[in-house]
Amino acid sequence: MADPARRLRRAFQLLWLSIRLGALNALQYRVEFVLQLVQSSIALGTALAGLALVFSHTDNLAGWRPDELLALVGVFQLVAGLVGLVIRPSMEQLMEGVRLGTLDFTLTKPADAQLLVSVRRVNVWRIIDVLVGAGLILFAVARIGERVGPAGAASFVLVLLAGMAIIYSFLLTLSTLSFWLVRLENILVIYASMYEAGRWPVGIYPIWLRIALTFVVPVAFAITVPVEALVGRLEPIGLVGALALAAAFLIASRLFWRFGLRHYTGASA
Amino acid sequence: MFASRALVGIYRAKFRNEIAVQFAYRWALGIWLIGLVLEPLVYLVVWTTVARSQGGAVAGFTASEFAAYFTVLMVVNQLTFTWHFFEFEWRVRNGFFSPLLLRPVHPVHNDLAENLTFKLLTFTVVLPVAALLLLTFDAQLAPAPWQIAAFLVALVLAMVLRFVFEWTLALAAFWVTRVNAINETYFVVLLFLSGQVAPLALLPPVVRGVAEILPFRWMISFPVETLLGRVPGEAILRGYAIQLAWIVAAIVVLRVAWRVGVRRYSAVGA
Repeated sequence: MADPARRLRRAFQLLWLSIRLGALNALQYRVEFVLQLVQSSIALGTALAGLALVFSHTDNLAGWRPDELLALVGVFQLVAGLVGLVIRPSMEQLMEGVRLGTLDFTLTKPADAQLLVSVRRVNVWRIIDVLVGAGLILFAVARIGERVGPAGAASFVLVLLAGMAIIYSFLLTLSTLSFWLVRLENILVIYASMYEAGRWPVGIYPIWLRIALTFVVPVAFAITVPVEALVGRLEPIGLVGALALAAAFLIASRLFWRFGLRHYTGASA
Repeated sequence: MFASRALVGIYRAKFRNEIAVQFAYRWALGIWLIGLVLEPLVYLVVWTTVARSQGGAVAGFTASEFAAYFTVLMVVNQLTFTWHFFEFEWRVRNGFFSPLLLRPVHPVHNDLAENLTFKLLTFTVVLPVAALLLLTFDAQLAPAPWQIAAFLVALVLAMVLRFVFEWTLALAAFWVTRVNAINETYFVVLLFLSGQVAPLALLPPVVRGVAEILPFRWMISFPVETLLGRVPGEAILRGYAIQLAWIVAAIVVLRVAWRVGVRRYSAVGA
């Protein structure tokens, strides 16, 4: 077994290769770029108009000030972009691979199968959402000003990474289910419609929905909690909790993936 | 023109067919339901939170009235929505329009029958969900009998208007091969100007003035507000007139666009 540092480097090499391939592929279809640009602008415009409408009637939403919700919209768009860039297309490809049996080719490759299926396909133009989200976060931080210290920024990045890990593990677990239930593409649609609820701080929702958004479809940790960390409203225990939960999700999804893989029989079998 | 007896037969066959299809995809129905409930629920929670922070009411809406508004909105949205403009691009691009054109009836009947069956089926699920929402959020909804009658008329007109309007919009696929951007823009405009994000009373006056003229409000929020007793008598009659005017306008455009569009259509692979 190779040492962890080398394995990590190899993982990033594979991801990079996948992105380059995806980019080359996407450059053939340049109209898609314009379409994605239109789509991202519409999403951003809708979110901003919604915020403007809400804050024309109040100056805070359950304690959240306008600039803080601006940061929340930025994180929402950033995370949606990251998920749409690599995770979701790869998971769709995985489900298709299980159904058609083309997963055979992936499994015979001399690298970790989970890693390979996780970076299998890249939808490059979604990078626009990532950039728009990042820009919005920076803009909001500039407006919030000195309340965002280095500690807040650091824990923001940490919690955001933890949140991404949680969402990735969640989607991998959903996709792994396709080893048993073959027709399952629709299950990703559930995730997409639940994700929409993450546009607003989860704290405003009734308790049952809050629990669902935290543990059943874990978008809370990817969107609300990082922004809380950014503006210094997250207790240290919350930071530790997010990191612990991310580790637990990663390990559990890994175990489940390996368990599921044993049920895979290939196309012709 | 086709005899109406034959048309009834076609609709009945289509009903049976469509019910079988929907029962085969029960899962998809459940997933669709989550989306249908979640969106109004999110805005309901947002506006309830705002109302509480403003001492109980925003623009004349209390938390209980928001609950009634968004629940009725969900039901009206379910009864009026159409999805055919999503299918059109695929139909035109892949040549699936050809078999529809070969049939001796206008393709609009195919979609209308499909639409009505789907709504009839899903309504049986949506109604209990709506009752549950009304109870959970302590909604204030006590319409008088005449308001229910006025609501039903507005609802039927809204269903007709939205179907004809969106079917006309779908015809854009004859001219543009990627209609996705058009559809998404339409969705956002509909979201704000039909009262789905917030009751129109909460929008800035200028936007509200525009919304009163455009057709979107008359597809969704008008019936909702009628049931909630927020539209005075004569305004209801004026609303019906505007709905009818938009229906006539949309049908005229539909007929012209259809005649010109079908001539442009050349099936892929033909």
